[in-house]
Amino acid sequence: MRACTGCHGENGRAEGNVYFPRIAGKPAGYLYNQLRNFRDGRRNYALMTGMLALLSDGYLQEIATHFSGLDLPYSPSAPMTLTAAQQTQAHTLVQQGDASRQIAACTECHGPALTGFAPHVPGLLGLPRDYINAQMGAWKTGQRHARAPDCMADIAKALRTDEVALISSWLSSQALPRDTHAVTRLPAPTGATKRPVCGSAPELAQGRP
Amino acid sequence: MKRRFGLWMLATVVVALGLGAWWFLFDPSPSISEAGPTDSVAALVERGAYLERGAYLARAGNCMACHTTQGGEPYAGGRAIETPFGTVYSSNLTPDRVNGIGNWTSVDFWRALHEGRAPDGRLLYPAFPYTSFTQVSQSDADALFAYLRSLPAVAQANRPHAMRWPYDSQLALAAWRTLYFKPTVFQNDPAHDAQWNRGAYLVRGLGHCSACHTSRNLLGAIDERLALAGGTIPMSNWYAPSLLKAAEAGLGQWEVADIVRLLGTGQASNASVAGPMAEVVLHGTQYLTQEDLRAMAVYLKGLPQESAQRDGGVAAPSAIGAGIYDDQCAQCHGQQGEGVPGAYPALAGNRAVLMRNTTNLVQMVLHGGFAPATRGNPRPFGMPPYQLVLDDKAVAAVLTHVRASWGNQAGAVSELEVSRYRARETR
Repeated sequence: MRACTGCHGENGRAEGNVYFPRIAGKPAGYLYNQLRNFRDGRRNYALMTGMLALLSDGYLQEIATHFSGLDLPYSPSAPMTLTAAQQTQAHTLVQQGDASRQIAACTECHGPALTGFAPHVPGLLGLPRDYINAQMGAWKTGQRHARAPDCMADIAKALRTDEVALISSWLSSQALPRDTHAVTRLPAPTGATKRPVCGSAPELAQGRP
Repeated sequence: MKRRFGLWMLATVVVALGLGAWWFLFDPSPSISEAGPTDSVAALVERGAYLERGAYLARAGNCMACHTTQGGEPYAGGRAIETPFGTVYSSNLTPDRVNGIGNWTSVDFWRALHEGRAPDGRLLYPAFPYTSFTQVSQSDADALFAYLRSLPAVAQANRPHAMRWPYDSQLALAAWRTLYFKPTVFQNDPAHDAQWNRGAYLVRGLGHCSACHTSRNLLGAIDERLALAGGTIPMSNWYAPSLLKAAEAGLGQWEVADIVRLLGTGQASNASVAGPMAEVVLHGTQYLTQEDLRAMAVYLKGLPQESAQRDGGVAAPSAIGAGIYDDQCAQCHGQQGEGVPGAYPALAGNRAVLMRNTTNLVQMVLHGGFAPATRGNPRPFGMPPYQLVLDDKAVAAVLTHVRASWGNQAGAVSELEVSRYRARETR
C-alpha cells in the first residue's frame, strides 16, 4: 500500500501533515465509503480520483479493511490557540449542538469521546485543522457529498463559518483519550436535538451496527 | 421547342441536384418494424444467448466508457468528450422512449454504427468512432442493439453538444465525411487464416484501437495508411504508442500468450497498462474470451514492425536525479532499476521508459496510479503521485537519470517538457 502511504504517512499515519488525514484505525465502512466517493465523483480531489479510478469495489473494501485494522499511536495534537471564551463556545457546540438550528451535537454520532462509531462514522480527533475546515467547507458548498440523506451537508450549511473555524481549531487541539478506538454502541440520544438520519451510516438510528 | 426542352432539362437537373443534396445531407431512415421473438422456451433460451452475445460485444467495443458519466447510470450518456473543436456529449443508449433508443429499430442502430447517421438522418460527430465501427457486421450490430434494448431505461436527457463554429454545422460534418469517411464492410483476407481475420475484425472494428493509437491531422482525421502508428490522444496528456515500432509498443517480438495476458489482465511479464489503456482493459478487453484475445494478439503480432533504433540523443546521468531516485523511487523500483516482478515494473531496459515521447513517463511520476483491478489481477500494486513533492525541475532530473542509468540510453527530459505537460492538465 505504498501508493497510499506516500501521502497518508507511514502505515496511514499522517504526521504533522497540513492536509492529508490519518487513515490508520478509521472505521472500515467509513474508509470504504470515502474510497468509493472519490472514485465515483461524490468527493473531489484529483489526486485521489486518479489513484482510485481503476480499482474495483472488492479491492477498495480490502484496502479499507487493511488500514482500519492498523492500531497505531497518535502523534501529539496541535497546541491550543483559542481563548478561554472561544474554547467554551466550541465545547458547547461540540457537546450540545444547537437545538434552535436543529444542529445535533458532534458527540451524538461521532461518539462520546469523539473517537467514532463503527463501522461508518469516523473519529474527529487527531486530524489537521485545515483538513476539517476543508471538509466542512466542501459540504457547505456542495463539493463533497455523502449518500443521501446527507446529514453532514445539513449540519455544515447550518453552521456559520466562524463557528466551523472554532470547532476545527478546538478538535485539532484535543488530546486523544486512552482508548482511541471507535465505539460499537452509542448511548441513547440525550440532547435537545434528535440524532440525524444519515444515508452513509444507517445504523445511527439504532445506535449499534 | 428546343428552348422549352432546354428549360425542362435545366429544371430537371436543378431538382435532381436539390434532391441529391437533400438526400446526401438528410437521408431519413426507412422504418422497418422488428419481429419480436415467439414465447416458446427454446426461443427464450435463444434470446438469452443472443443478449449475452450483445453484452459481450458491448465489452469489446467498450461502449460504456464513453456512454456513461463518472458514477452515473450505465449507458445513460452525458459524458463530455473533449475535442480540439469543442465538446461532444455522449448520448443515452438505454431504451428510454424519449431520451434513449426506445423508439429505434435495429436498422436505425445499424446505420448509426455503419454510416454515422442518426435515425432522423442527422450526421453524427466522429468523436463516436464510426470510422472504425463501420466495419462491424450487421448481425453483430443487431445483437448489440438487442442487448442495449434489454437494459433498464434511464430517463436522462441528452446534453446538446458544445462545438465551436464552424464545426457545429451539418455542412461542416458533411464536408469532413466527404474527405475522410466512407462506410466500409469488413472483408476477410484470403491470404490469412480465420484466427487472423477474427483478430483483424476485432481490432479494426469494435476494438477501434486506431482511434487512439494513430495520430490525427489538423481536422482530427486519421489516415488509415498510418493506422496504429502511434499518436497523442487529443486533449489529453497521454501518448498512445505505436504498435508498429519495437521501440514503442510493437508486439512482433512478444509471445502470443503474453499479449493475451496484457490485454486480459492488464499485466504481462515486465509490462503493464496505464492511463487510457488501463481503462480499455478494465472495462473492455478483460472480458473477452481467450480465443478472441489470441486472435487479436496474432493480428497485432503480425503487423509490420520497424526494428528498434535509438531515438534521439543520450542524456548524461544526473547527480541530483540520482539523489531523488534514491529517496523516492528506489524502495520500489530497486537500486538498479530492477523492480519487483509482478509488483513494481523494472525501469532498466523498459521500452516504455525509453520512448522518445516522454508524455506518459511524466504522467506516471506526477499522478502515480494503480494498474487496473481486473479478474486476472485483482490486487494490483500502485505508485503514489509525486506532483506535490517534486517540482518540474526535480521531475526532469529524476527522469533524465532513469533514462541514462543501468544501460538505459535515451535522451534527457527537460524542465520545459514537464511544465508543458503539467500545464496541459485536463484531468
